[in-house]
Amino acid sequence: MILPWFPDAAPGAGLAGGLLIGLSAALMLLGAGRIAGVSGIASRAFGISDSGMSWSSAWTFIVGLPLGALIVTRLSGAPIPDFAPLPLLALAGLLVGFGARLGSGCTSGHGVCGVSRFSQRSIVATATFMATGMATVALMRMFA
Amino acid sequence: MIRRHLPPLLSGLLFGAGLALGGMTDPARVRGFLDIFGAWDPTLAFVMGAALAVMTVAWRFVPRMRHPLFAEKFALPDRNDLTGRLVGGSMLFGLGWGIAGLCPGPGFAALAIAPLEAAVFTVSMVSGMVLQRLFFERGARASPS
Repeated sequence: MILPWFPDAAPGAGLAGGLLIGLSAALMLLGAGRIAGVSGIASRAFGISDSGMSWSSAWTFIVGLPLGALIVTRLSGAPIPDFAPLPLLALAGLLVGFGARLGSGCTSGHGVCGVSRFSQRSIVATATFMATGMATVALMRMFA
Repeated sequence: MIRRHLPPLLSGLLFGAGLALGGMTDPARVRGFLDIFGAWDPTLAFVMGAALAVMTVAWRFVPRMRHPLFAEKFALPDRNDLTGRLVGGSMLFGLGWGIAGLCPGPGFAALAIAPLEAAVFTVSMVSGMVLQRLFFERGARASPS
């Protein structure tokens, strides 16, 4: 599938990937009764928060993330993408971790699980990090 | 044991597979979506749209269920207040997200794709979570978020 005006976009793969993410979050919700929020589950796994799911369940979920990605990349044979230089990745990681905990969630917990529940906190959080992310990319494009 | 760990394992696998399939483990795709003044790449909107469609349906089942399929009760957030922390935290998150084109899920998933880069990002991310707890939750024992 190719979108007019956006020849580089991958709408078909995007929809398929989003479907899997939605099924994952639905399984967590209807199966375990919890939000599939990666930042919250990670903080539980690393002992930063002691609320939420069991420690072993949190680790099981976190380990599943690279395993699932590995299966897909092995099957598709997609090339290894480019990442930012290591110092920028370190800075970004600090901001993402600090911000996700302070804001009670990230792209998965607020963006997928919260917005689909029409939670006003999640809608405000998602609009805020999308706007800030867009401003950041625009500024980096201007000065880099 | 298996009954209790099957949902989180399957959920993690599906989530990681979905991120990779949807191109979200490629920072250029994510930054391309955020790059509204440049060569905008709408792929992330398709990923999010499909995930939201599935989850909007899933939420409708919750009120009709007495308990989750594999657990005794639902444990869901119930806060509805808009706070400075929510907005300030989301701004810091967006800043980091824009710089690297990575957020927590793709950060862990990318460990299978670019181990060094993803490890630097995720170790820093967990450090940021520890710092947040030191700054804001000092003395408070794990307030439910």
